[in-house]
Amino acid sequence: MSTSSISLNTWTDRKRPLWLLGAVIVGFPLYSFAAYWATGWGLVWWLAPLFIYGLIPVLDLLIGTDVENPPESRVASLSQERYYRWAIYAAVPIQYGSFIAGTWVAVTQPLAWWELTGLVFSCGAISGAAINIGHELGHATDPLDRWLAKIALAPVLYGHFYTEHNRGHHVRVATPEDPASARFGETFWEFLPRCVVGSIASAWRIEKQRLERQGKSVWHYSNDNLQAWAISLVLFAAMTAWLGVWALPFMIAQAAYGGSLLEVVNYLEHYGLCRQKGADGRYERCQPRHSWNSNHIVTNVFLYHLQRHSDHHANPTRPYQSLRHFPEAPQLPSGYASMVLLAYFPPIWFRLMNPKVVAHYKGDMRLANIKPSIRDEVIARYTPEVSTKATAAA
Amino acid sequence: MKKWRCLVCDFVYDEEKGLPFEGIPAGTRWEDVPDDWTCPDCGAGKLDFVMEEI
Repeated sequence: MSTSSISLNTWTDRKRPLWLLGAVIVGFPLYSFAAYWATGWGLVWWLAPLFIYGLIPVLDLLIGTDVENPPESRVASLSQERYYRWAIYAAVPIQYGSFIAGTWVAVTQPLAWWELTGLVFSCGAISGAAINIGHELGHATDPLDRWLAKIALAPVLYGHFYTEHNRGHHVRVATPEDPASARFGETFWEFLPRCVVGSIASAWRIEKQRLERQGKSVWHYSNDNLQAWAISLVLFAAMTAWLGVWALPFMIAQAAYGGSLLEVVNYLEHYGLCRQKGADGRYERCQPRHSWNSNHIVTNVFLYHLQRHSDHHANPTRPYQSLRHFPEAPQLPSGYASMVLLAYFPPIWFRLMNPKVVAHYKGDMRLANIKPSIRDEVIARYTPEVSTKATAAA
Repeated sequence: MKKWRCLVCDFVYDEEKGLPFEGIPAGTRWEDVPDDWTCPDCGAGKLDFVMEEI
């Protein structure tokens, strides 16, 4: 049945019950714990990474895409429905359950090294997913949501994201100035340290400037970075006091992997895309063409429509359930879960994605966001095609 | 004259100054800024701005 035959008044969100799955997956370390208790198989500690890197990409290929948008007349009421907020609130206590239980297992249970490694990746994967939850909540204007965002970011030590994402990344997205927008020709492994260091430094500067405007010191308690980091500090101190000093390396290792998961998603979201500067020296507004999108439904459900990224940048406070697909936005060949796997292997990534960026700019790579050291070379390599074709056409 | 602050990124629209580079002359009241105008820094819509007491 085509969507056009559905009357606007009777439109219902077919994904409505599926939005609870985001809260279900953050319980993975708990399911591993239960499965280990029942079976004794060490492999179960690897459930979460196997799910993310194995099952989701396969399901994305099998189940495919969903381009349905809510009708404009339903967006306002859909955005207000409390159910969708509660669906995301539910994920935070489950995430904490996973973090606490996972750390307890790591410190107190006699696991083999490869089982412990699986647990680090499982807990880290949940922490990475929690940054996405913190992302959704951190865009809300409700003070409770915004506090929950800081709480969700605490186990993964990503408090700076709360400030940097809204007031840094959303302002500079798809420009060379943005640490979280990847450049054409930049490998994920080059991007990762540049993005993490640049984002933390930017978050600090942004809060310093805001507090200075109010005549306060950067060390004032209302500094959002200090507040978010303080939650991490209290949490990690409490866990260490309870479980001993060996909890600390485990918690740090899972946080490092969780953070890297967020950054690999950042890497692919704007790879090579660039906003142009107008005559007044200001960048054009962020448009659908400045983000990579995907409608693969399985990843979209687990990531709260994060892959409808163009609409997110155009309407940053629009809640996840209302985000739309734009036909004109650049599309990735598969969902984020498949694409992150490729991003780990730069030759494969470049082979697949570089031609897509070149095609997006029709060969005129002067318009792309390129790694500075190869910028001239890339432009020279592709741009002549444009001028030759233009001459031939004339 | 009032100031309006973007809830997403902290950009401030000052009615007194307007945004001449956007074609919004100085002295344009917030109500008269077009409804489809978006924050020049982060792209948020008018509904995402709050009035700021100065």
